[in-house]
Amino acid sequence: MALPQAKQDVLAARIAGLSLPQGGWAGAARADALARLSAMGLPVKRDEYWRYTDPTSLTTPDTPHAAVFDARDEPPAFDGIDRVRLVFVDGVFDPAQSDDPAAAGVEIDRLAAVADRDIHWAQSLYGVLEARGQNPVQRPLAALNTAFATDGVLIRATGKAAKPVALVYIHRDEGSDAILHHCIKLEAGAEVTILENGPAAARFTKVMEVEVADGARFHHIRTQGRDHERRAATHIFARLGAGALFKSFTLTANGVLTRNDAVIELLGDDAVAHVAGAAVGDGNFHHDDTVFITHAGLRCESRQVFKKVLKNGAVGVFQGKILVKPGAQKTDGYQISQSLLLDEDSQFLAKPELEIYADDVKCSHGSTSGAIDETALFYLRSRGVPERMAQSLMVLAFLAESIAEIEDEAIAEDIRSRLEGWLARHER
Amino acid sequence: MLEIKNLHVKLEEEDKVILKGVDLTVKAGEVHAIMGPNGSGKSTLSYVLSGRDGYEVTDGSATLDGEELLEMEPEARAAAGLFLAFQYPVEIPGVGNMTFLRTAVNAQRKARGEEEMSAGDFLKVVRAKAKTLKIDADMLKRPVNVGFSGGEKKRNEILQMAMLEPKMCILDETDSGLDVDAMKLVSDGVNALRDAGRAFLVITHYQRLLDHIKPDVVHIMAAGRIIKTGGPELALEVEKNGYADILAEVN
Repeated sequence: MALPQAKQDVLAARIAGLSLPQGGWAGAARADALARLSAMGLPVKRDEYWRYTDPTSLTTPDTPHAAVFDARDEPPAFDGIDRVRLVFVDGVFDPAQSDDPAAAGVEIDRLAAVADRDIHWAQSLYGVLEARGQNPVQRPLAALNTAFATDGVLIRATGKAAKPVALVYIHRDEGSDAILHHCIKLEAGAEVTILENGPAAARFTKVMEVEVADGARFHHIRTQGRDHERRAATHIFARLGAGALFKSFTLTANGVLTRNDAVIELLGDDAVAHVAGAAVGDGNFHHDDTVFITHAGLRCESRQVFKKVLKNGAVGVFQGKILVKPGAQKTDGYQISQSLLLDEDSQFLAKPELEIYADDVKCSHGSTSGAIDETALFYLRSRGVPERMAQSLMVLAFLAESIAEIEDEAIAEDIRSRLEGWLARHER
Repeated sequence: MLEIKNLHVKLEEEDKVILKGVDLTVKAGEVHAIMGPNGSGKSTLSYVLSGRDGYEVTDGSATLDGEELLEMEPEARAAAGLFLAFQYPVEIPGVGNMTFLRTAVNAQRKARGEEEMSAGDFLKVVRAKAKTLKIDADMLKRPVNVGFSGGEKKRNEILQMAMLEPKMCILDETDSGLDVDAMKLVSDGVNALRDAGRAFLVITHYQRLLDHIKPDVVHIMAAGRIIKTGGPELALEVEKNGYADILAEVN
């Protein structure tokens, strides 16, 4: 079928001003990605997976401006966590603000710096998982990212990392358009924690490809938000070997548009993948979690836990799929997406999907939208808890199941206090 | 301590009048019981006093130590010293019992301009009080009332009361859903709090609770009014003959 003209036009306009970074081992992968992208075109609102989220502002040639939020009232995320910081300002690596990568105890390189070096492992990962993740659902923004990413980190771990690696994204330029691509490879038995925080740019397009080999453990905790007007389209593509663990949690607060795609393949037996998110939005906020988990191995477990608190017209979207391939027996798949609507103007749109080709599996999904429980609110108030505090307690309680997916208690506490701060600032 | 005068209340959403002129005075150190048939307005009285939405006060007043309760937010009433032990304690998934208790204690202290309780002090006090109510560490950790049995929920109410140390305690059918042993445990918890500076209003259907929590005054409520007031013997009379005689006598 010929590509609709509209999609071609959007693509032509978007890439007219971009240039394909030249040279090195990534060149071929970039060219392949551009070919994929040309065949797909860029998303338009009529596409099945963009029905609830208008992609226009993610695909326009010009970046919609985003004011830089004065964050003096809020300390940056993970400040109290001992970590190795790698700082990107509007998508450009800033060595002056960054820590020595060697302290993390894993191999860390920058995509932009190593084009001329033969990094074998990265060659077999860059664009590879993204390409696998284009089927059966197309993700053109990810292909665009592989083709045009200006930088990113390449991390390889062979053992347990000494410290979490923190990618800190600072937004300074009101018109910045950042495209970053990270590749993370955990060799058998390795363990790495990746932290991400910050608004990154006025518009941020990101891909993270994660290979988790047999028995390796990957933890990912990110906070995205802060700047109200920023837009982001992020993708995580992960592939898990036997007995591997993948855990990803995202806190999203603010942002006129956020689309987070997670595409995870459980290839080996006994692998475990948990993807969770807590999103809080007030007013002009649109947040979309689109998750696709493929079970191919035996006895694998997957959990999707997404909670959104919405007020003053904020919109939440969840599109989550569990695909159980033939032979993936004893699969345990769980999916829950819930929204707490603090008023009648807000909206939650959910599309849970299960597609199962094995007969001995356990899969459950649930999706709910509800208001705050007035009886519980009164109960708390009758004990002397002021109304706003009682509401915050209940909101945090609602989000608790997703935050519980964070294994590190100090990091979970950081997330909780961040939410408390947000709730206090958005009481009305 | 608690002074209710000519209290008239209707449901906000419908034109249904529930309380039709309740007069009641409870002095410090006293225990009053309110008995009455179903639908007489006993629970409504407790909800109106604690500030639940959905009721409209059309006339009358209710003061606690001279302060008008009916114009205060529920949390302010609590900070002023009012406590309602719920007939149906509410489950709050995700909120730990301990967090809930500590938040409540410190919110009240803050509202009264007192110093907040430190985590260490709080833990010590709550453990000691929980022990006398046979509330174990697991119950303190679990989300508020979630998965608690009927008896555990009522004991948890009494624990909250013990921690908050209110002046005026209203117990709304605290005996419902309790077996004999649990009733004794809960009653002991209440009796331990009896004090010259504290008063109780015990709402119940049955005399048996009053065997454990001995009232000074017993009121019979019917059709939105207190129709008879007497001593503990009034509860025995109800237990023996039901409400029919009293209702007939008043009418």
